[in-house]
Amino acid sequence: MSISMVKALNNGLRKALADDPKVLLMGEDIGRLGGVFRVTDGLQKEFGSLRVIDTPLGEAGIVGSAIGLALRGYRPVCEIQFDGFVYPAVNQIISQLAKLRHRSGGVITLPVVIRIPFGGGIGSIEHHSESPEVYFAHTAGLKVVTCSNPQDAYDMIRQAVDDDDPVIFLEPKRHYWTKGEVTDETSTPTPFDRARVLRAGTDATLIAYGPMVPAALEAADAAAEEGRSVEVIDLRSLSPLDLDTVRESVHRTGRALVAHEASLSHGFGAELAARIQQEEFHFLEAPVLRITGYDTPYPPSRLESDWLPGVDRILDALDHSLSY
Amino acid sequence: MPRKQAKPTAGAEPADGPIQFLSPDGLLEPDSRLELPPAVDLLALYRDMALVRRLDTEAIALQRQGELGLWPSLRGQEAAQVGAAYALAEQDMVFPTYREHGVAWCRGLDPVSLLGLFRGSTLGGWNPYERRFGLYTLVIGAQTLHAVGYGMGLVRDDVVGSGDDTRDTAVLVFLGDGALSEGETNEAFLWAAAQNLPVVFFCQNNQWAISAPYSVQSRVPVAQRAAGFGFPGVSVDGNDVLACLAATREALTRARSGGGPTLIEAVTYRINAHTTADDATRYRPSAETDEWAAKDPLERLRLHLTASGGVGDTGGVGEEYFADIERREQELAEHLRAGCRALPVPDHASSFENTYADMPAELKRQLAEHSEFLASGFLAAGQEIGATR
Ligand SMILES: Cc1ncc(C[n+]2csc(CCOP(=O)(O)OP(=O)(O)O)c2C)c(N)n1
Ligand SMILES: [Mg+2]
Repeated sequence: MSISMVKALNNGLRKALADDPKVLLMGEDIGRLGGVFRVTDGLQKEFGSLRVIDTPLGEAGIVGSAIGLALRGYRPVCEIQFDGFVYPAVNQIISQLAKLRHRSGGVITLPVVIRIPFGGGIGSIEHHSESPEVYFAHTAGLKVVTCSNPQDAYDMIRQAVDDDDPVIFLEPKRHYWTKGEVTDETSTPTPFDRARVLRAGTDATLIAYGPMVPAALEAADAAAEEGRSVEVIDLRSLSPLDLDTVRESVHRTGRALVAHEASLSHGFGAELAARIQQEEFHFLEAPVLRITGYDTPYPPSRLESDWLPGVDRILDALDHSLSY
Repeated sequence: MPRKQAKPTAGAEPADGPIQFLSPDGLLEPDSRLELPPAVDLLALYRDMALVRRLDTEAIALQRQGELGLWPSLRGQEAAQVGAAYALAEQDMVFPTYREHGVAWCRGLDPVSLLGLFRGSTLGGWNPYERRFGLYTLVIGAQTLHAVGYGMGLVRDDVVGSGDDTRDTAVLVFLGDGALSEGETNEAFLWAAAQNLPVVFFCQNNQWAISAPYSVQSRVPVAQRAAGFGFPGVSVDGNDVLACLAATREALTRARSGGGPTLIEAVTYRINAHTTADDATRYRPSAETDEWAAKDPLERLRLHLTASGGVGDTGGVGEEYFADIERREQELAEHLRAGCRALPVPDHASSFENTYADMPAELKRQLAEHSEFLASGFLAAGQEIGATR
C-alpha cells in the first residue's frame, strides 16, 4: 500500500494506542483538528479525549506533565507543533526527562516520546523550519531518531513508543506528503537505533538523515550517471549512533560526506567526522566533508532553496572529495 | 519619568490575615474560616516537629564537619511541613522541592537517605514509589508540572471522585514563594485548573527566595493568585501546625473527591540562611529573624501542651513526654551521624548503567575505557578516587 508519511505515522500511532492502553497522545490541536499536519487525524474520535489529549498551549506543560504521567505508569507521546516551539520545553527535556533515570539510580523509567516536525523547505514563516537535533543528541539520557520514508515512519514510531527511554522523534516535515510503500508485516523491522544502507556504492559514502535522505539518493543517482558509485547511508538514529554501519562503509569506500540541514559548526557532521577520522584514519582517501546549512538563523523562505544544502552542493562536495 | 505605581488591590487575602488556630503564646482558638481538625494527636505532631528540627540541626552540623557539601535548612518551617504531611493519605503522592525534610520524615523515609544528595553520594537517594515521595527537585518549579501529569494519570486510573476513601488519591506538591514566579509553576496552575486535577499546591512562603523578598516576585498576595487561574487559594499561618493540617486536609479531601486543585500559602519564615553556603546577613536584618523566632512553631505547641489543663485529651503532658522526645532525638542524631559516614560511594559504573535502560555500545566503550583507566594504577600516590585527575 502506498501512503504518505503522515498517514504512516497516523497508522503507527493508531496501532500503538490499540496495542497498549497506557499509550496516550498529547499536544496542541492534536485532537479535534488532528494536528496541524493531521498526523493524529481521527485518533481522538477513535480513542477518546482522555487518551488523545488536546492540551493547553504550553510546551513545558506538555513535557512536564508527560513526565508525571510516565511516573504514574503511562507512555505519553507528545507532539510539539513545530521545531521552533520545542525550546520552552527544553528545561523539562534536558533537566528532568533525560536525567530522572540516572538521578534515581535506574528506578525511574520514563517512556516518553516527543514528536517534532522538523527541518525546512516548506516555504514557511520564521520558527517553522529549524533543525534542533544536536541540542538533544548532545544530551545524555535521550534517544534521537528520525525517519526518512513512510515505512520507517510507521515502524520507528511504534518502536519509539515501545522503548523505555525518552525518545526525541524528528519528522522531516517536507517529506510528510511523500508517498511510499508501507507493509504491516509481522516480521520484525530493523531496530530503530540502527542505520541503514539505502544504496550500495564503492567510491564514497554519503551519510544523511531525515529530510536530506531523498536529496542524498538523488545525488547518488546523478553521480552514477557520471560513473561514480556512491553508497548512501540513512543514519535514522543520531543517538545512539550506529557507528558500525558507518565504519564498515567508509572502511570500504575511503571517502565520507555528511549532509544535514542544520548549521555547519558544532553540527552532527562534526561528530561523524571526528568518529570517522578516529576509527578509519588509515583508510581515508580524503577529509570528511560536510554539506550543511550555514551558520546563520534560518533565512526567509524566499531564500531557503538556495540556503538549504541540496543535490548540487552534494555533487560539488563529491567532486571535491574525489579530487584528493 | 517613572510612573507612580498603583497600590495593589486587596483580594482574596482576608483582611484579618492568615488562618490561625494556635497563637504564638499557645492559645487555641477557632477561626470562622476553617474547621479545627477533629481527633488530632497533638503529642505526635509535636514529637515529629521536634525530631524534624533535630534532623535539620544534625545535618547542619554534619555540613560544618565537612560530611555534607551543602544543606538547605528547614528551621522555622517544621509546622508547615509536618502539618501538611499529616493530611496525606497513604496512597497520595508527594512532589517535594529540596527543603521538605519534614515531609520526608513523616512519609517514613529513612532520614539518612536525605543526606546522600547533599553528600554527593547520589543524585536521588530513595525510591519515590515506595513511600510515594518524589525525588528532591533542585530546578525551581519543575516538579509542579510532574504533579500535574501525575494528577492526569490519577484521573485516567479512575482513582479520583470514586467515593472510595481507600482508593481516591491526590497529589501534594510543594513549592516556595520564589517558585511562584517561574513560568512552569504558572503553567502547572493553569493546567490543573483547566483539567480540574486532584493537585494541591502547598507554597511555603518563607519570605525569601535566597536574597529576594516576596515583593520582588509579585504585587499580588500568594493565595490571591489562585483566583486568576480559577481555583481556591487559602492563606494559613505556616507556623501553626493545626492550621496547616486543617487547610491541607480540606484541600486534599476536595481534590480526591474530584473537586480540583487548591493553592495553600503557609506563611512562615526561613530562620536560617538559604543554605549552609549562604550568608543571610548580607540581605536581611537580624531584627526580622528575631521577630519570627518569637513566633516559633514548636514553642507555641509546647506552651499549649504544657499549659495547665491543656486541651482535651492532651491535658497533663508531663516531663516524661519531653524526656522521651529527647531520647528519640539522641537516637536520631546518632543514626544520622553514623548513617551519613556509612553512605556508600557509588560504583563508578552506576552512572553509565543508569543513563539508558540498556547501555548503548558507545557508552559501553566509554565505561570500559574509564574502568581501564581507573584500574591502571594511574592514580598518583595519596590520591583517592573522587579527586580530580
Ligand atoms: C530554575 C532555577 N533558577 C534558579 C535556581 C537557583 N535557586 C535555588 S533556590 C532559589 C530560591 C528559591 O526560593 P523559593 O522558591 O522561595 O524556595 P526556598 O528556597 O525559599 O525554600 C534559587 C533562585 C534554581 N535552583 N532553579
Ligand atoms: Mg522562599
